[in-house]
Amino acid sequence: MKIGIPAEIIEGERRVAVAPETVAGLKKLGIDFLVESNAGAGADFSDADYKAAGAEVTPDTRAVWATTDVVLKVRPPALNAKLEAHEVDLLKEGGALICFVYPARNKELMDRFAARKLTVLAMDMVPRISRAQKMDALSSMANIAGYRAMVEAAHIFGRFFTGQITAAGRTQPAKVMVIGAGVAGLAAVGAAKGMGAIVRAFDTRPDVKDQVKSMGAEFLEVSIKEDGTGAGGYSKTMSPEFIKAEMALFLKQAKEVDIIITTALVPGTKAPTLLTKEHVEAMKPGSLIVDMAAEQGGNCELTKPGTISDHHGVKIVGYTDLASRLPNQASKLYGANLAHLLKHMEAQKGWKINMEDEIVRGSLIAHAGQITYPPPKPKTVIKPMAATPAPAAQATPTAKKCPCGRNAILSLLAAAALTAIGLYAPAAFMAHFTVFVLAIFIGYMVVWNVTPALHTPLMSVTNAISGIIVIGAMLQISGGFDRWTTWAAAFAVLLASINIFGGFLVTRRMLAMFRK
Amino acid sequence: MEQTIAQNGMLVVLYVIASVLFILSLGGLSNPESSRRGNWFGIIGMAIAVGVTFFHPQVTAQSYGVLLAMIVLGGAIGSIVAARIAMTAMPQLVAGFHSFVGLAAVLVGINSYMDSAGLMGAERVIHEMEVFLGVFIGAVTFTGSIVAFGKLQGLIRSKPLLLPGRHLLNIGMSLVSVYCGYRFFGVQDIMTQGLPALLAMTVIAFILGVHLVMSIGGADMPVVVSMLNSYSGWAAAATGFLLANDLLIITGALVGSSGAILSYIMCTAMNRSLLSVIFGGFGAEEGKAAPAGAQPAGEVVATTVDEVSNMLKEARQVIVVPGYGMAVARAQHPVKEISDKLRARDVKVRFAIHPVAGRLPGHMNVLLAEANVPYDIVMEMDEINPDFPETDVVLVIGANDIVNPGALEDPSSPIYGMPVLETWKAKTTIVLKRSMAAGYAGVDNPLFYKDNTRMLFGDAKKSVDAILAQLQ
Repeated sequence: MKIGIPAEIIEGERRVAVAPETVAGLKKLGIDFLVESNAGAGADFSDADYKAAGAEVTPDTRAVWATTDVVLKVRPPALNAKLEAHEVDLLKEGGALICFVYPARNKELMDRFAARKLTVLAMDMVPRISRAQKMDALSSMANIAGYRAMVEAAHIFGRFFTGQITAAGRTQPAKVMVIGAGVAGLAAVGAAKGMGAIVRAFDTRPDVKDQVKSMGAEFLEVSIKEDGTGAGGYSKTMSPEFIKAEMALFLKQAKEVDIIITTALVPGTKAPTLLTKEHVEAMKPGSLIVDMAAEQGGNCELTKPGTISDHHGVKIVGYTDLASRLPNQASKLYGANLAHLLKHMEAQKGWKINMEDEIVRGSLIAHAGQITYPPPKPKTVIKPMAATPAPAAQATPTAKKCPCGRNAILSLLAAAALTAIGLYAPAAFMAHFTVFVLAIFIGYMVVWNVTPALHTPLMSVTNAISGIIVIGAMLQISGGFDRWTTWAAAFAVLLASINIFGGFLVTRRMLAMFRK
Repeated sequence: MEQTIAQNGMLVVLYVIASVLFILSLGGLSNPESSRRGNWFGIIGMAIAVGVTFFHPQVTAQSYGVLLAMIVLGGAIGSIVAARIAMTAMPQLVAGFHSFVGLAAVLVGINSYMDSAGLMGAERVIHEMEVFLGVFIGAVTFTGSIVAFGKLQGLIRSKPLLLPGRHLLNIGMSLVSVYCGYRFFGVQDIMTQGLPALLAMTVIAFILGVHLVMSIGGADMPVVVSMLNSYSGWAAAATGFLLANDLLIITGALVGSSGAILSYIMCTAMNRSLLSVIFGGFGAEEGKAAPAGAQPAGEVVATTVDEVSNMLKEARQVIVVPGYGMAVARAQHPVKEISDKLRARDVKVRFAIHPVAGRLPGHMNVLLAEANVPYDIVMEMDEINPDFPETDVVLVIGANDIVNPGALEDPSSPIYGMPVLETWKAKTTIVLKRSMAAGYAGVDNPLFYKDNTRMLFGDAKKSVDAILAQLQ
């Protein structure tokens, strides 16, 4: 099997699909590589690095596309102006391609795939299930982008992030608000905390609260309770009341914070508008916004995708290539994601398109002249969802009803028994009964204090002391040895003695073993 | 009865001292340091109680010979058993001891009934009820414990015996016992009317005890043994009532509530109700439904001893989860040595104990203590569950259901809701297992199919020995 790595042609894209270290790893499995010369230049990988890793390097772009079995890329294929040909047409008919595609936005591209009978796997379509985490390029890129967003912010911001006490006086720490605590948001939170800023984060999904807190940031909440958890780890669109409360919260924060990072994406639609002109104007001059959703229309209505704009002294960063601005790191991680996917598909044994496999089926968007996007809803996801409510609904009422009813019945029985005892029992019995009840409570208190590690010694010591029944037998042994009751009592003494000696000794043996 | 209250004051005082010493002996078990002293309190209390009873007005000097002979003989048997018993066999020993208390309670109860001719009116009714109840509990405890002993010792199949209509059978036997009680209470003649009814009830209670425990499966034994522990206490307390002896009542109540609490703890740890355990039949009924539940997705990845020992060497935090399988394979000693080797490399090693691991409450702790594992690195489930995410390697040795993520994630799982050790949150979980067979509950374990789980197949002892050799 031979894999082609062309250079990226989009202006400003500095990543490359696979780093030399990943090439070396796959080479060991018997996979060959044909790399276009200077493909890794933007990410600081030289042609010599690729050669050292065992790849063939060629200046012939067409050869990379046409003579290999699978082409690995970062960006979706586009028109190559130098060759005056679309990259899809450079592939041999029936060839294979793995890259980011965003099929929902790129209808025309999909038709080209089908026309050329290509097999295409979209890295942005890898299902977000735990099994596929190591192939999840969206997450690895989001992580990088989040970090880079904060670095860009620090670069533009005119002050320290951390508060300092210098000889010249005190500096205030920067205040950062991160909207959307997904992978990118958390990476931004981490970077800002690392630089010493005060960080707050907002998210509609209550689940992420702990993650935010664990990174040392404050979790902002609105008073309305609504769970924004949607499918596949994304959030869903919220109710109008919630959005109103959310906007009010942002306005209040905009007046306080110096930096806002927005990362809110809802799959399949334009990014939600979270910051309006009013919000921007509420911010102090010198503050800034990094809109990580710029490519999908932006979370701020003043964002200009691809550039930095300025509104009343507030800078709005709309870069769409944040991950590409850390090209070396991004290429290494993206390449590793690709390698995991190839291994999963057993590329070393010549590549298997297994339609039954959830990961492959989810990522596969075109195959043998057919557009296979969108994938059918995966079975494994539906099953627990359908299964969950039914048993839960059945189980809850019975579980709730039973103890109440049972407790009531038990209480009634206990009350009745106590009344009967109080009315009919003789005084001597009452004295013993008092002792009995009190002893149960003492036992209850004492035994709850026993450490679980010593439960076995507890059982053996209670074994020993329940041998106290020997006293009862001793009192009955004096009836004269012509009666069978005397012998029965003697036998009871024997049994109880075994218990007493055996119980205490085995307890002692066990306890002696418990050492620090 | 009245003569008991008018008893020699010194006797009562010494009995009170003995009671206090028993309470202190249980109280001492709150931590391992004070527990050794606690055991001595118990021994002294027992010595006082038995010693004083020799001077009880009802005990005549002519019986001293037999009494001493019985105590010495019983003491010798008990001491030999206690010294020889293997720690893995503790559950059987405890069950066996319960049966002795049960049988002693039956004998004392029947004897006491034979001597009750002088009682009249309400006193007589109360005494008859005490006898009846004491004998009933004692009898169920006796045969129930013997069956439990047999199952734990492997003399009887540990699979639950499920007779058709077993609940009806239990109810029927209880009703017949009540009928015996009807024939027993308030009769004129003890020998011809009372005793036959009492003995008939005793036989039925014997059968009931056998049937109850026969229908309970092997892994429910922690609950059964605790329940029987509790019963033996109630039997002693009932005996105390019928002899009007406060020391017996107090001790019986202590043991009874101790056993009841242990049963409750075990049931909570298995997310089962006490009733469903007592009336048995778990593994068979609900187990059948299990395969219909969600089939875990993913693949089982096997690993090798080399890989495991390398992972252990590179880890910074390791948690060992032992289960009954470790006890069966007697692998606790090499496991301890592995932990020593790793600790010498500055790896933080701890042991995580699930409340129902093993066949007796706290059984795993005793086995680890026997292997000289320091008790401060042996943690309870609630203490250690939050630490799994920071753990590099978890070694699961011979445990299955107690590490089943389905208990938390899959509402269709028969063990859904049972608290478990959340090992899958660690970076890597290594499961030492003989084969892919399902656990006691008959439930498939999704843990084995997780991405970060590796299976090391084979006999636990051999695998552990091999890992240890690699670490040398």
